[in-house]
Amino acid sequence: MRHDVPAEIAARGYARPEVLVTTEWVAAHLDDPAVRIVESNEDPLLYPSGHVPGALEVDWAADLNDPVRRDYLDRAGFERLMSRLGCTPETTVVFYGDKSNWWACYAFWVFQLFGHTRARVMDGGRLKWEREGRPLTREVPLVTPTAYAAPERDDRTLRAFRDQVLEHARAGRPLVDVRSPQEFSGERTHMAEYPQEGVLRGGHIPGARNVPWARATHPEDGTFKPADALRAIYEGEVGLRPDDDVITYCRIGERSSHTWFVLTYLLGYPAVRNYDGSWTEWGNSVGLPIEKDLRP
Amino acid sequence: MSAGPAALAALAAEFRDLDRRERAELLIEWADRFTEVPPEVATRPFPEAHHVQRCESEAYVWAVDRPDGTLDLHFAVENPQGLSAKAWAAILAETCAGRPPAEIAAIDGDVVFAIFGRDLSMGKGQGLLGMLDLVSRAARQRLVARDAGGPHQ
Repeated sequence: MRHDVPAEIAARGYARPEVLVTTEWVAAHLDDPAVRIVESNEDPLLYPSGHVPGALEVDWAADLNDPVRRDYLDRAGFERLMSRLGCTPETTVVFYGDKSNWWACYAFWVFQLFGHTRARVMDGGRLKWEREGRPLTREVPLVTPTAYAAPERDDRTLRAFRDQVLEHARAGRPLVDVRSPQEFSGERTHMAEYPQEGVLRGGHIPGARNVPWARATHPEDGTFKPADALRAIYEGEVGLRPDDDVITYCRIGERSSHTWFVLTYLLGYPAVRNYDGSWTEWGNSVGLPIEKDLRP
Repeated sequence: MSAGPAALAALAAEFRDLDRRERAELLIEWADRFTEVPPEVATRPFPEAHHVQRCESEAYVWAVDRPDGTLDLHFAVENPQGLSAKAWAAILAETCAGRPPAEIAAIDGDVVFAIFGRDLSMGKGQGLLGMLDLVSRAARQRLVARDAGGPHQ
């Protein structure tokens, strides 16, 4: 489904502006049968406390993860999920959520592993919708299940695995660590009173540059910064180039999916992968190289 | 599970058999009962010593001594969408009010999962446990100060 890019988003100079919709656009499509609005949050209490009318919830733990092993749902699981959401391959899925769409981008990324490209993100997410005084409801919509035929999950182009990341780092190709500077430096996991955050070692993958994920957004309303401001961060500050082969990572791959979204869609980089094993895998793995110097 | 306040243990038992929807509804009710730290205890900018480091919702914790040696807990949650943090703050404030430091220091982290569920995400669990850690630390500081015969703050 194509949609006209609103002027306020078109003016920001993004490479693929059609991936974003505004709160106003969503408000105008609440009853559009071709659109399914999906809320995905860090805080599981938010959706039941009130959500965009007609929106359904995708919970990253319950809906997107394999229930046993550390992996995402498989094709059959994705087909069941899309059926529950009442989606067909032609449905435009619009994601939004808390934390400047951090979890919305994570769900968006998982949907792309199954090739559901009719996907959008509501700029500003839940915060902007609320601040504009738009309606929220606790009513969960009743959905007629659909038959959705999904392809096998494609882990080759958007997802990076540990050995690939090791090879990538050894080759000196760019890695973006989107965690906080304290996590990046290794300071946090080794301070008294701090937990180990599920990892045995602190620090970062050698050669990685640190750009905390939230720098891509305006904290006051959760909207994405314009392309010029994003380029100043990712290209001006840390030296990425648009044709780079880039891997992003964080702790478990959720924050880094936000940066993957920014680099892929807003700046148009063609080769960005998200390493969802991230630091909880790397920092627990025997023998992998780690850097601990603080290099912003 | 815990030698902490009886009211907290009773509440945890109340949550035990709830399904996901019922649990969420009850926690939202608790979040609605959240009241921010009063200005006579703390005002912005809140000091870093009271900041819960692992909480994505930017939570702060204070323990205030009553004349009888028991404690009152106060919280701030800077993320307006931090409902879980607000619910946990309200639960701790209410169930620990007027309880002795030894009881508060004895709260076991398992209570977080009893109330919020075993399917709590790692990040959310870390934040809620971080709030409990600061509460426990404040209570332990009282115990140490009393053992040393000095003032407690």
